Amino acid sequence: MYEIIRKEQLSDAIVMMEVKAERVAKSCLPGQFVIVKIDERGERIPLTICDYSREKGTVTIVFQTVGVSTHRMGALEQGDFFRDFVGPLGNYCEWIDEPAEELQKKKILFVAGGVGTAPVYPQVKWLHSKGIAADCIIGARNQSLVILEDEMRAVAENLYVTTDDGSYGMKGNVNDCIKKLVREENKSYDMVVAIGPLIMMKFVSLLTKELGIPTIVSLNPIMVDGTGMCGACRVAVGNEIKFACVDGPEFDGHLVDFDQAMKRQQMYKTEEGRRYLKEKEGATHHGGCGHCE
Amino acid sequence: MDVLKRVPVREQDPAVRAHNFDEVCLGYSLEEAKAEADRCLKCKNPKCQTGCPVNIDIPRFIGKVSEGDVEGAYHVISEYSALPAVCGRVCPQESQCEAKCIRGIKGEAISIGKLERFVADYAREHELRPVVQAEKKNKKVAVIGSGPAGLTCAGDLAKNGYDVTIFEALHEPGGVLVYGIPEFRLPKDTVVKSEIENVKALGVKIETNVVIGKSVTIDELLTEEGFSAVFVGSGAGLPKFMGIPGENANGVFSANEYLTRNNLMKAFTDDHDTPIAAGKKVAVVGGGNVAMDAARTALRLGAEVYIVYRRGEEELPARVEEVHHAKEEGVIFKLLTNPKEILVDENGWVKGMRCVQMELGAPDASGRRQPVEVEGSDFTLTLDTVIMSLGTSPNPLIVSTTKGLEANRRGCIVATEETGCTSKEGVFAGGDAVTGAATVILAMGAGKAAAKGIHEYLSEK
Repeated sequence: MYEIIRKEQLSDAIVMMEVKAERVAKSCLPGQFVIVKIDERGERIPLTICDYSREKGTVTIVFQTVGVSTHRMGALEQGDFFRDFVGPLGNYCEWIDEPAEELQKKKILFVAGGVGTAPVYPQVKWLHSKGIAADCIIGARNQSLVILEDEMRAVAENLYVTTDDGSYGMKGNVNDCIKKLVREENKSYDMVVAIGPLIMMKFVSLLTKELGIPTIVSLNPIMVDGTGMCGACRVAVGNEIKFACVDGPEFDGHLVDFDQAMKRQQMYKTEEGRRYLKEKEGATHHGGCGHCE
Repeated sequence: MDVLKRVPVREQDPAVRAHNFDEVCLGYSLEEAKAEADRCLKCKNPKCQTGCPVNIDIPRFIGKVSEGDVEGAYHVISEYSALPAVCGRVCPQESQCEAKCIRGIKGEAISIGKLERFVADYAREHELRPVVQAEKKNKKVAVIGSGPAGLTCAGDLAKNGYDVTIFEALHEPGGVLVYGIPEFRLPKDTVVKSEIENVKALGVKIETNVVIGKSVTIDELLTEEGFSAVFVGSGAGLPKFMGIPGENANGVFSANEYLTRNNLMKAFTDDHDTPIAAGKKVAVVGGGNVAMDAARTALRLGAEVYIVYRRGEEELPARVEEVHHAKEEGVIFKLLTNPKEILVDENGWVKGMRCVQMELGAPDASGRRQPVEVEGSDFTLTLDTVIMSLGTSPNPLIVSTTKGLEANRRGCIVATEETGCTSKEGVFAGGDAVTGAATVILAMGAGKAAAKGIHEYLSEK
């Protein structure tokens, strides 16, 4: 059992939890993920690692309450437990193995979309701890969905915030901001790391390809075991089929087949949505809501 | 009674069981078991025992059953095996112990598997546990993976007094016994849980949610966590796909995924959250035991199911009993058929599979006749789900994170058959991680050999 030692509501539907998980906290690095399972009947939910403390033996996760399992998880409070918490899974960021002096010379731009800000944060923080400066863009639909802004500001060289509706920061999407930085402010970047919704990563990758900037994206597809056994997380990268759990989760954004990944993401949407509605409305659920037949 | 014939075992009616997940085989009653045991010739030189990968003294346990001493029979079996209720259900006895039975020369071999199952079930129902009497040795051994190889190795080491901890990557112990083999062949809450409890009763600790190579490495177990030896029984690995067009469409699964969702995550029950896109018209590609399990699972979830296999009936690698059960339940066999392409609709979902007829040509190096395509015989199956059951390739995780642990060209860990010894001192391995996908009992045999190897290694050290 894994205790929740701190819970914070980051927005209406985004929750942050610091969880006691000694083995994961001891060995995890930026870029990796965990799988959590609330109880006996819960799903195995893959979540990126937002932060960790080797001293306290804790790992911080951030998730959006979208399906039945994440809604149940969101209802947990400080002092409650997850039945299962396994990791770290997947590979840590490739650049972590690069010598610090090489990394010093690189100018990296991080692009975080919505909940994707959570997995970007430990990467920027890790670089900051080695004295390496990096810029970061946080994009969200509106102000209430901008998360971890203060934390990010403390570790990023320059932080830019964009909102689709202009309710906070620059009005527009992350691509508008990238264009502004590169084309108007003449900033040059050696690498872009983009983490967020698939559609955002797709369009960032299209833009950076045009701009000639190598780009890394982090995928979080449907998976079951997270150790290579089920193959649910397969994704087309270049001409190859990769398993996000053992080959990723980070891939070359210019090679990922995002359209296929988006279709695969939909696979259980209806089943999961149906199950949630059935649970919520019980015997009163007879359809007609537009979400199911 | 005809001594040449077996006492038949009761089974659920095929028409009924095709719609539920209850166990197919109902097992012997005490009277039936005694009658079957009485058929044993009690050979002076028992061939059956040589056919058993864990070398169970079969005539001795059958003799006890025949006397009505089921408890005694249980203690005979548990000297050799930690998982008799599992083995009695899923071992391919017809090609092992029963294949060597002298009674089988003229008549039908003794139903050794069904008798083993009867004894193990009796023991569970009467709460009999294996007896431990070993003196505690002050040495820690780590076992990686809680499948058949790991449980057997851990059980044998604990019987020898070692302080054993099993590390399991998933949230439940049991490996393939819980994620792979379905409920209707191997009930989880009764049979599997109880066998694992028996291993724990020997003093074995199980730590779930630990991925060796990620959460902690083998080198760290040996240096920082004080383990004197490690057994790697991490299982088969990554599912294979065919590499045909359309394979990444929604509705194409590996058998591993389909079975894991259903068995481990219990998607077939209403009160578990994990979904499964069960399908209405399902093709399972492959002809092994895993393919039969996937097909019979899809059938129970309400689908019309095809097995698509490129060779003929005789070449099906699955156990005859499994093929027979699948047919009885209504699985349709499309033999000498090979998929060419998965057809995908505009939303990215499977809508069919283009296949081609095959015929058997000349035998290849392995002696099996090679299937070759019949030109112009393409046809299309209308489907919404395809399950690929083509075997696995090794998971590189442990080899790539353990210094000095050698793998062969295919990526399997290199280990000796007699002792499980690997290229790295103190590290032993066995089961599917070494051989590639095989059977429960072969993995148990390897776990047993490695336990002996580890005991010898630590005794000399």
